[in-house]
Amino acid sequence: MPPETVTVPSATAEAALKSGGGERTQARARAARNHRILVYSSRVLLLIALIGMWEWLARTAVIDPFNFSMPSKIWDQMRQWAVHGTPQGSLWEQIWYTLYEALLGWVIGVTGGVVLGIALGRIRFLAEVLGPYIKVLNALPRIVLAPIFLIWFGLGPASKVASAVVLVFFPVFFNAFQGAREVDRNLVSNARILGASNRQVTLQVVIPSATSWIFTSLHVSFGFALIGAIVGEYIGATKGLGLLVSASQGTFNAAGVYAAMVILAVVALLAEGLLSFLERRLFRWKPAEPGTER
Amino acid sequence: MSSHTSPAIELRGTSKAFRTPSGALHTAVRDLDLTVERGEFVAVVGPTGCGKSTTLTLVSGLEEPTEGEVLVAGEPVRGIGDKIGFVFQQDAVFPWRTVLSNVMAGPRFRGVPKSEARERAREWLARVGLASFEDRYPHQLSGGQRKRVALAATFVNDPELLLMDEPFSALDVQTRALMSDELLELWGGTGASVVFVTHDLEESIALADKVVVMTAGPATVKEVFAIDLPRPRKVESVRLEPRFIEIYREIWSSLGEEVRITRERGATDAA
Repeated sequence: MPPETVTVPSATAEAALKSGGGERTQARARAARNHRILVYSSRVLLLIALIGMWEWLARTAVIDPFNFSMPSKIWDQMRQWAVHGTPQGSLWEQIWYTLYEALLGWVIGVTGGVVLGIALGRIRFLAEVLGPYIKVLNALPRIVLAPIFLIWFGLGPASKVASAVVLVFFPVFFNAFQGAREVDRNLVSNARILGASNRQVTLQVVIPSATSWIFTSLHVSFGFALIGAIVGEYIGATKGLGLLVSASQGTFNAAGVYAAMVILAVVALLAEGLLSFLERRLFRWKPAEPGTER
Repeated sequence: MSSHTSPAIELRGTSKAFRTPSGALHTAVRDLDLTVERGEFVAVVGPTGCGKSTTLTLVSGLEEPTEGEVLVAGEPVRGIGDKIGFVFQQDAVFPWRTVLSNVMAGPRFRGVPKSEARERAREWLARVGLASFEDRYPHQLSGGQRKRVALAATFVNDPELLLMDEPFSALDVQTRALMSDELLELWGGTGASVVFVTHDLEESIALADKVVVMTAGPATVKEVFAIDLPRPRKVESVRLEPRFIEIYREIWSSLGEEVRITRERGATDAA
């Protein structure tokens, strides 16, 4: 039997098999795409429905438009701020001020939290001495410190940075501390056997394995930094989104309060996205967890 | 001169007790006497949880004995010596380092320049057959491959004393046999002394020159058996030799009793 006659049917069979498999994968991809489209369109519809309902209820005066405002007014307010500026100056300047205070407070709080957390996690003596004091400070509702900071540092950015720092420091500190404490003992033993000094263990074993703990707290803590900055501005400031909120409130401009809220939400989401991007770059060594891919 | 003639490891009347979280004193190792000669491959077998691993941590310097003496190369152990290699039961490779960087870790910790460390690491990676995997991260490897990385990372430090704590117990049976053969091959070139802790009697006979049977916890030496099977050995085939089976039967009559005691204790604990 010549070999060609054998290869022909087997080749066609293979092709049939391949196309069958191809169809199935295609069908699966299609189903996944359809599902995604369904989820996204449902989200958009939900948003439109909520906003539409709000607008309708306010226009028909079922809810008081003076107190509750309405989406179209909020939109007008934002456009007016963006185009003509706010009573306190241009809108971008307000956003920049708030962001600057939050970012600076966040960086200082995170640095302090990580350094102290790792130090206390590694040095038992320090943890034993400082432990109770840190617990007491943490039990304090730290937002009440904002007025004090206002007295200490004045109306400028410094008082807002300070309130952001105290809000950011604690969650980061506790996570870094926990991360340093819960390092796999095998890894530490292994590093020591391989010849690592105490310093090398801290820098090359404890810190890398605590980074995933620390990063969890970074996500939450950026939100805290924003809260610190906004509350500080709300209590007393010359510039910033918090001031915009308090000024709008002072003139019974509900649309202004909502507009500032929307702007804040956008800013926070952008910052969160940036952080997630950095995290993915930094954690290339980690196996992808099932379900994290979207 | 005397340090050259003294045995690789000597344990003299060594005991180790731990404080349990509830405050009670738990004796893991009691009155242990054991000698390991230079270049000797000693396997330590005993029932699970009897304190075999504690013995290794005492020799390594990770823990200090409560009583008695631990001598390595004639010198009492103070801290972790730089002639020691330790292969752990669990994965102890650094997950955030690539394969190459993991193997380089030991020399780098000890201050070897980067280029030389890299060269030595590459050499050992080639020897364990992972040359083409140097840029991977540990999570991208199989369990057997990760164990190979651990072996390379240990051997790259040229240890004179190799302590292994059930290193292959997490691997499947075929991989385990393969790794055992590779271990014998790698060890053959170094002249290091090995203490290999396991609960697998077959593995211990196939690998070792001497099998030490431990009692049910607190651990102490029950009996020592010399294994006179010729080298080089292949783990899969040596298992089928009549002499192997004879030795197995002989040691099991000693070990089996301790396993039974442990089991009965476990049963009363559970009750």
